[in-house]
Amino acid sequence: MGANLFNNYGEAVAMILFVIGCGNLMLQSNLIKKIIGLNIMDTAVYLFLAEKGYISGRVAPIVVDGIQSVEAYINPVPSGLVLTGIVVSVSVSALMLSLTIRLYQRYHTLDLDEISLQLKKEGL
Amino acid sequence: MQGQIESFVQNFPCFSIMLCMFAGIISSAFKEKIARLLNIIVLVLNIGLSAAVLLYTVGTGESYVYVMGRFPAPWGNELRVGMLETGLALFFCVIMLFCLLGGRHKLVQEVEEGKQGLYYVLADLMLSSLLALIYTNDLFTAYVFVEINTISACGLIMIRQNGRTIEAAVRYMIMSLLGSGLFLVGICMLYDLTGHLLMSNIKIEIARIVAEGAYHPPLLVTIAIISVGLAIKSALFPFHAWLPDAYGYSTVSSAAILSSLVSKGYIFLLFKIIYRVIGFEVFHDSKIVDILFLFGLMGMVFGSLSAIKENDIRRMIAFSSVAQVGYIYMGIGMGTQAGMVASVFHVISHVATKSLLFISAIGLTDVSGGSRKFIELTGSGYRNKCAGVAFSVGSLSMVGVPMFSGFISKLLFSQAAVQNDGKMLPTLIVLGISTILNAIYFMKTVIRIYTPVEEGEYPTVQWQDNKIYTAVLICFVVLNILLGVCSQPIVDLIESGLNIFA
Repeated sequence: MGANLFNNYGEAVAMILFVIGCGNLMLQSNLIKKIIGLNIMDTAVYLFLAEKGYISGRVAPIVVDGIQSVEAYINPVPSGLVLTGIVVSVSVSALMLSLTIRLYQRYHTLDLDEISLQLKKEGL
Repeated sequence: MQGQIESFVQNFPCFSIMLCMFAGIISSAFKEKIARLLNIIVLVLNIGLSAAVLLYTVGTGESYVYVMGRFPAPWGNELRVGMLETGLALFFCVIMLFCLLGGRHKLVQEVEEGKQGLYYVLADLMLSSLLALIYTNDLFTAYVFVEINTISACGLIMIRQNGRTIEAAVRYMIMSLLGSGLFLVGICMLYDLTGHLLMSNIKIEIARIVAEGAYHPPLLVTIAIISVGLAIKSALFPFHAWLPDAYGYSTVSSAAILSSLVSKGYIFLLFKIIYRVIGFEVFHDSKIVDILFLFGLMGMVFGSLSAIKENDIRRMIAFSSVAQVGYIYMGIGMGTQAGMVASVFHVISHVATKSLLFISAIGLTDVSGGSRKFIELTGSGYRNKCAGVAFSVGSLSMVGVPMFSGFISKLLFSQAAVQNDGKMLPTLIVLGISTILNAIYFMKTVIRIYTPVEEGEYPTVQWQDNKIYTAVLICFVVLNILLGVCSQPIVDLIESGLNIFA
């Protein structure tokens, strides 16, 4: 158990980062810190994928001088998944940031709890 | 010739996804009238295409795999189409059309001039992502479309610009992103365990892993993470905090679409993962079902209790959604085929009823000076007779009165509970409590809207004043009664669809 954890320390770090990001997204009341948490969470998943997709001693499957045996290359799919995931995460972060700008222009604060309080006062 | 037509029909699911997506992209360049027209054309075309595929799959009696770009199984992307998928796709398109038509007059009032065209862009994208979630056979494609669904849902909430909706959109995004983050981790772990992303291939590998007895803890964690991620996104009980604001303050079409379709897309994805990725037996043995069962039961009670306390009709209907999602998860949690059939039927019944309630509630608030407080709604059933009748029908269906669709789903849930020894007692008790609670808040509202008041304070609306709105309400009422009266063919369709689903 302990030895496995040490051998797969990359994955373990990724999961710890995921939990940190998750906690930030949930518990921080500042919107920018929430978005930072979101990005840490997503990046942790990419670290996990990259860590799982890499086998030491093998190279990316780009043919330079003739096709070698299958053993020489890594599986390119995890890297592809990371790229797709990055695109998704960028667009989601952009959307969150634009929402944050809207809220800041209306209420002049980044604190989500404070904004809820002001909304209650408005009585909408 | 016959064979040619049949192989052409097989392309239709792919066409309908592409059609919605490109319609969304193109209509962003057009004026709002053209965007609206394009949206209606796309929806009607989709209804036709789905109906054709439904007829075809019912005719053959089995599902088929559509290979995208003709790359064979382990490498390419696939759609898998059976009668359950096409039936739901058809139903979702019809409800979407009704929701958009029924809320159109409010959309014109509530959304800024010049931004209404964007609403139809978002609606098209939403529909395309829903269809893709229904049809896809690839987990990572499902993840990408889950995100598209989230983004367009966020747009649908915040298109009506006030502080409330933007705050609701932020809260919705935060919870949704947590859910999709967990879902993504789950997918990555599954890929790590099995080496595949196509659902059918993963299932074969998982069966092998389970038979060998290897990787038991990682598999359990993976199943748990995926279930929790999708439960968060479909607003299962402890994760429903974002829901009342998002459904309560957005424009009425958005509220109807979000409550009826968006959460059901995720629930359908969960069905698919249970049957097609993890395998029903493995999922059942993992004991995750018991946790879903427990939270389903809690949602049924606490959602209804919050709805009783609410003094705002839109938020009350929103809280009722929490209770209904609880029903669906309770059906999943029973861990039997009968429970699953009941859940799928409740998905359909809830889609039809909840959108009816949202659309008819707006007719009642409109004749009460725009206020949503119960005190102002007194007697509104007389001022707008159509909306009053439609709201009563929706309420009766939610409570579970015979003749309406809600009764059939409660009947199916009870039948499923009786067949399940371990969970019979809690299911029946909570079903009873929840029905009584439902009756309390819905009947309170119906009595309130039919309490006579003095004439004159608010205007009276005749059915001719907004013909489209009235027609939509009539369609919804007919649909509800149809689901309640001729339920047997639909239940049979669901059963045979689930049999070939795996």
